[in-house]
Amino acid sequence: MKNNKTNSRRKFIDKGIKLSLLTAIGGIGLTKLASKLSAKPTSNSTGKIELMTTEGTIIQVDSSEVMEMDNSKKHKEYNVREGMPNRKFVMVVDLAKCKNALKCQSACNKYHYITGDNAWLKVYKMQESKDTAPYWMPTTCQHCDHPACVTVCPVDATFKRRDGLVLIDNKRCIGCRFCMAACPYSTRVFNWSDPNQGEITLAKDLKMHDHQKSSPEHAGVPSIKGTVDKCDFCPHAIQEGKLPHCVTACPNGVFYFGDKYEDTVTNGDETLRFSKLLKDKSGYRIMEGLGTEPSVYYLPPVDRLVDFEKGLENYTEFQSVEKSK
Amino acid sequence: MKKYDKLLNDLAPKKFGKLGTIWTISLIVIIIIGIIAYIDQLIKGQVVTNMRDYTLWGIYISNFVFFVATSFVGSVTVAVLRLTKNNWRTPVVRIAEIISLAAIVMAGITIMIDMARPDRLLNLFIHARLQSPITWDVIIIPTYIVLSLLLLYFPLLPDFKILKEYFKDKSPKLSKWYGKLSLNWTGSKAQKAIQTKSIQIIALMIIPVGLILQTIDAWLFSTTYRIGWDSTNMGAYFISGAFVAGVGALITVIYVVRRAYKLEHFITDNHFDKLGKFLVLACLTYLYFNINEYLIPTFTASKEEEIHLNTLISGQYAPLFWFVIIGGLIIPIIVLLFKKGRKPLPMFIIGLVVVIASWWKRYLIVTPTLLHPFLPIQGVPESWHHYFPSIHEWLITIATLAMALLIITLLVRYLPIIPIQRTADEQEELLKNTKNAE
Ligand code: SF4
Ligand code: SF4
Repeated sequence: MKNNKTNSRRKFIDKGIKLSLLTAIGGIGLTKLASKLSAKPTSNSTGKIELMTTEGTIIQVDSSEVMEMDNSKKHKEYNVREGMPNRKFVMVVDLAKCKNALKCQSACNKYHYITGDNAWLKVYKMQESKDTAPYWMPTTCQHCDHPACVTVCPVDATFKRRDGLVLIDNKRCIGCRFCMAACPYSTRVFNWSDPNQGEITLAKDLKMHDHQKSSPEHAGVPSIKGTVDKCDFCPHAIQEGKLPHCVTACPNGVFYFGDKYEDTVTNGDETLRFSKLLKDKSGYRIMEGLGTEPSVYYLPPVDRLVDFEKGLENYTEFQSVEKSK
Repeated sequence: MKKYDKLLNDLAPKKFGKLGTIWTISLIVIIIIGIIAYIDQLIKGQVVTNMRDYTLWGIYISNFVFFVATSFVGSVTVAVLRLTKNNWRTPVVRIAEIISLAAIVMAGITIMIDMARPDRLLNLFIHARLQSPITWDVIIIPTYIVLSLLLLYFPLLPDFKILKEYFKDKSPKLSKWYGKLSLNWTGSKAQKAIQTKSIQIIALMIIPVGLILQTIDAWLFSTTYRIGWDSTNMGAYFISGAFVAGVGALITVIYVVRRAYKLEHFITDNHFDKLGKFLVLACLTYLYFNINEYLIPTFTASKEEEIHLNTLISGQYAPLFWFVIIGGLIIPIIVLLFKKGRKPLPMFIIGLVVVIASWWKRYLIVTPTLLHPFLPIQGVPESWHHYFPSIHEWLITIATLAMALLIITLLVRYLPIIPIQRTADEQEELLKNTKNAE
């Protein structure tokens, strides 16, 4: 009898452990699922409220349980790997307006302390064939929806967020450069040696980066030897309601930045309907045939307002990063 | 132990002669130089290589692919010879397994050399993501190493026992080691049964694992969106290429070992003849896949692909490309089709050329593609438009090759290259058969 009891108790404990293990696994699965589902707007409003946990998963709570706190800083923080909730960032580049002023590039280089030899943002001198007009084509990371770079990264150092940004965690990157091999847009750059960014560590008073911890949303600050960098769509700026540096720096209003869900894009001067803009000007994405689904859209270089030749003044075939020394 | 005496005199591991010592010391020197270069690379970063943002992979990766390919010889010989119970295999299999082991170990090391942050190696386990072919490599390479090691080790057990006895007076130290390694082998029925069974299981396992290894290696490239890599042909192409590289290496090493140890009695011309036929088959298959890889695209190529192919066929890489195709495939096929071509010496030369061509072939798979991205190369220093390995890269790469050779050399030095027990058994059987026939 006694024996039986201990036996059954043991069984019970055994079962309990197994059960709790199962629930734990199931729980992880469920939260993952939930986080995926919640990307879509939910419409049932029965006194419940949707909240995002610190892990970045959406939970539903009764609204009575929620206490409002004014001016809480916590509201602004979000999970770096999940991104800003319910947003999908896109960029539109109007090729008709680009005259290779290169202000975008120098702004990008400056704010990201790019000290290597390869800029994140490049303005290509393009000519499809001999009988078409040449044009200037700025390219950034395309923040693909099917990013080859993310698929091949063995350690999840390159990751895709739900708000559309593809970022790099340069504290995790092992420097295999597989992502660079995989990206068809050649937008990734590598820190072949110690990036000489002395000024970053010196100047602690930079307003933009007042908390000096490196984080995927402050790409390139600081850059780390043996890891990959690339255009990050400036999440540090977006988060504060500002536009990426290239957008604001461009004197010709070439870049439009915005939110696909809001269906608006802006270049700082004018704000337009994203879908209408694409439709009216027959926007396209580069190398769409590859199936990477980029988030950067181009408006064809038709009805050009500017002279291609003028841009040649700024064109340097072998340099995209100005060296200070 | 009487019956082994003659055999042992021929087959027991012997000390190196003068040549062997020089050879080993030179290998060690090369390796030390390579290690120094590698430490320098660690300190200064990958700038010391000539890789840059466009040619982001260079000879390290081609060397890695070469090692992976060469390691396939273990699977092949097992598949073709051990499982089909080919009786001419005995002297060949062990060398194949030694090459295989050395190559796969060096493949693992080489991929780490290419990594810019080897200090973060652990991330590969902590943050492993299954969709990345590199993660599969992390799983499959150690598996293959273990399997190769066991496949080499288990058949050695009886020989270790014999060697323990043999070295008892000559070198008690060696004898002790062999004794430990023999795991108290007595040759009892039960032990033999376990041994046979384990060997069979490993032999069966190593074939799929070898195939997977090659395929993953191919997917490493075909999961990208690059011209010249983004091909469905890759898996089969890599496997057949590995066949060529592996058998080529096997022939070369066998020839050297036979000369160095005077094993002409055991490794006969007949073996070379058979291996030659084997190599022709491999070359023909590989040629077929090469045609698929290069000829078919020339008909259907997009503009980008055409540029890529042109640099191979008639441009910058043409000399190398044609050396690889003609020297590494077509000439071997022609020569080996003749019986005279399958004599040891010509086979050795052919094998050597095949191995060298195989190495360059990997270089041709990796580099030209990277230098032909979809978007033009602009805004980067002039030197980034080309790639030729730097001194550091050469030193390190040569050191890895030397290390592979050193592993082979040491194993050949301390292991009986020709299985003693098996040969004895076989000879006995032969004797019986001839007696019966009389
Ligand atoms: S453009 Fe390249 S780096 Fe950017 S998300 Fe796409 S594949 Fe990745
Ligand atoms: S280089 Fe870094 S980010 Fe790129 S695939 Fe490797 S680990 Fe990932």
